[in-house]
Amino acid sequence: MQTFDLGKRSLRELNETLHAQKSMTNQTRWKIVNAKGNHAIAVGLDAPITVSVMGSTGYYTAGMNKHAAVNIYGSVGPGVAENMMSGIVTVDGDASQYAGATGHGGLLIIKGNASSRCGISMKGIDIVVHGNIGHMSAFMAQSGTLVVCGDAGDALGDSLYEAQLFVRGSVKSLGADCIKKEMRPKHLKILKDLLKRADADAKPEEFTRYGSARKLYNFDVDNASAY
Amino acid sequence: MKNHSQEYISHTVPIQSATFTNQVNAEIRRAAETGIYDIRGGGAKRRVPHFDDLLFLGASVSRYPLEGYREKCDTSVTLGTRFAKYPIELDTPVTIAGMSFGSLSGPAKEALGRGASAAGTSTTTGDGGMTEEERGHSTKLVYQYLPSRYGMNPDDLRRADAIEVVIGQGAKPGGGGMLLGQKISDRVADMRDLPKGIDQRSACRHPDWTGPDDLEIKILELREITGWRIPIYVKIGGTRPYFDTTLAVKAGADVVVLDGMQGGTAATQDVFIEHVGLPTLACIHPAVQALQDLGLHREVQLIVSGGVRTGADVAKAMALGADAVAIGTAALVALGDNDPKWEAEYQKLGTTAGAYDDWHEGQDPAGITTQDPKLMARFDPLEGGRRLRNYLKVLTLEAQTIARACGHNHLHNLEPEDLCAVTLEAAAMARVPLAGTDWYPGKSSF
Repeated sequence: MQTFDLGKRSLRELNETLHAQKSMTNQTRWKIVNAKGNHAIAVGLDAPITVSVMGSTGYYTAGMNKHAAVNIYGSVGPGVAENMMSGIVTVDGDASQYAGATGHGGLLIIKGNASSRCGISMKGIDIVVHGNIGHMSAFMAQSGTLVVCGDAGDALGDSLYEAQLFVRGSVKSLGADCIKKEMRPKHLKILKDLLKRADADAKPEEFTRYGSARKLYNFDVDNASAY
Repeated sequence: MKNHSQEYISHTVPIQSATFTNQVNAEIRRAAETGIYDIRGGGAKRRVPHFDDLLFLGASVSRYPLEGYREKCDTSVTLGTRFAKYPIELDTPVTIAGMSFGSLSGPAKEALGRGASAAGTSTTTGDGGMTEEERGHSTKLVYQYLPSRYGMNPDDLRRADAIEVVIGQGAKPGGGGMLLGQKISDRVADMRDLPKGIDQRSACRHPDWTGPDDLEIKILELREITGWRIPIYVKIGGTRPYFDTTLAVKAGADVVVLDGMQGGTAATQDVFIEHVGLPTLACIHPAVQALQDLGLHREVQLIVSGGVRTGADVAKAMALGADAVAIGTAALVALGDNDPKWEAEYQKLGTTAGAYDDWHEGQDPAGITTQDPKLMARFDPLEGGRRLRNYLKVLTLEAQTIARACGHNHLHNLEPEDLCAVTLEAAAMARVPLAGTDWYPGKSSF
């Protein structure tokens, strides 16, 4: 395993080093120490490497990740794994706002809680939160799956498109055009798979499914108060 | 039998209201019938103080001109010199503004790339991501980073020549966008990760940052992902240009793109286009002042857009302190948008050439702002590219002509002292003297 000390070397050197790892690299395991809340750690990775970040981080950790597995042994600031394309990002602690925002693919696992706007505008990413999520989560979420093992805050799934939402606990309120939906076998299968991959101790049958009522898909003046 | 006194009674002449004009009343009736506001493309159509209200003084005894055809007048510009390893070097300061694939057809985007590249300048993506047509045909391509993040991916980010973080645009500062379902083809839907045929809303603010402090970190992330190689622009709509420019620079912008209310959009509410934002002319001085106050004028470049049509407009924007300009609507017109040759079809759509602005409906007779294969087939990207290249060359030649007449051997040497204003409003906004005086509103007489 390669160790990179952010206390001794710069963020630029770190990302440059990680970007230099191509698909055939034999340096596949990296440990970053002294993260100390730095922003933009391990952003734009594009190789099947494993990066372990020791300690809590600032904004946009593992942003726009492709192929890599990034494990953060601490909590993360806003925008963890934003616009992720593929790979897996795991947060041992809590996540601040916008976790997984606009993500196109891959799996984001948050073992603690996630703050507001988790999964905002998600476009294919799968997100599993072991704890609770804050308000306005999955706002304008387009596709992908958000699984919440705890509770959800206000306005869940506001202006939702085709993303699937599963919540085990309570939902404080649903956003515009987000409704409770029937849980079918195919949804239980998706949930089972994601819970297993995220190592979450929960049963698919305990969850409620939410999705779009699809009433706001085309502008209708009679829906103006919902916009 | 007519009474003599009745025959000679004077009647009041019918008077049309200046407040409730026929146009206003027609809009009231339309709103009453449909129950929905008017959505259209383009920028503000109302008359506002503009570059037309400024004149160049030209050379005379106190200034001597350069020979119009024989003496060199440079037009090159370098954008992104502050932090980027590889700034963008252009032959002309006239760039192509961001316009989305989805709003425009693929061939239209290709033509923009072809024309801009042939003229030695850059073009810009838009909402919906980067298409192969425009990347393949654009020597210099600026990749817009928008609130919707439709089609946004790190591979395209890395193959861009610059990134433009879009915070606002002049036609609708503070507003998002809407691509109506009829323009959502399979390809557009796929690029945007949404079902075909549904209205696609573009958010008005970014999903993962708020405020200038966050923006600074977002720019750091974008630089880290792209290895600090390429410039990062920040585009703002004309609202509070002094403060917005200051904050964009504080956040780390290499280039500030400032778009006034005459700048076009693919679609938004008419009430938004006509009633929110500042005229382009009113934006430039405060933005330049902000850069000067920061000691970064010319180190952070300023691109001005919104109603640039002629080489005179280019020269005037640059004389006021811009480093370059961007054109959108004018580029579409150069490609063939609103061409009178399609008049019969414009009439069928209830409009006329020059006034057609329902770009969002996807029925553009010129085949430019559409995804309809039959209409798209009318547009030849090679011919469109040739026309755009010609137009860009003319803008550059016209600006050079004026610069030489003012005695300058580079467009960047144009200065406010070369200008006067023909209206009080223009003098006040541009801070150049009213013609024939050495005064502008706000300037002390003493």
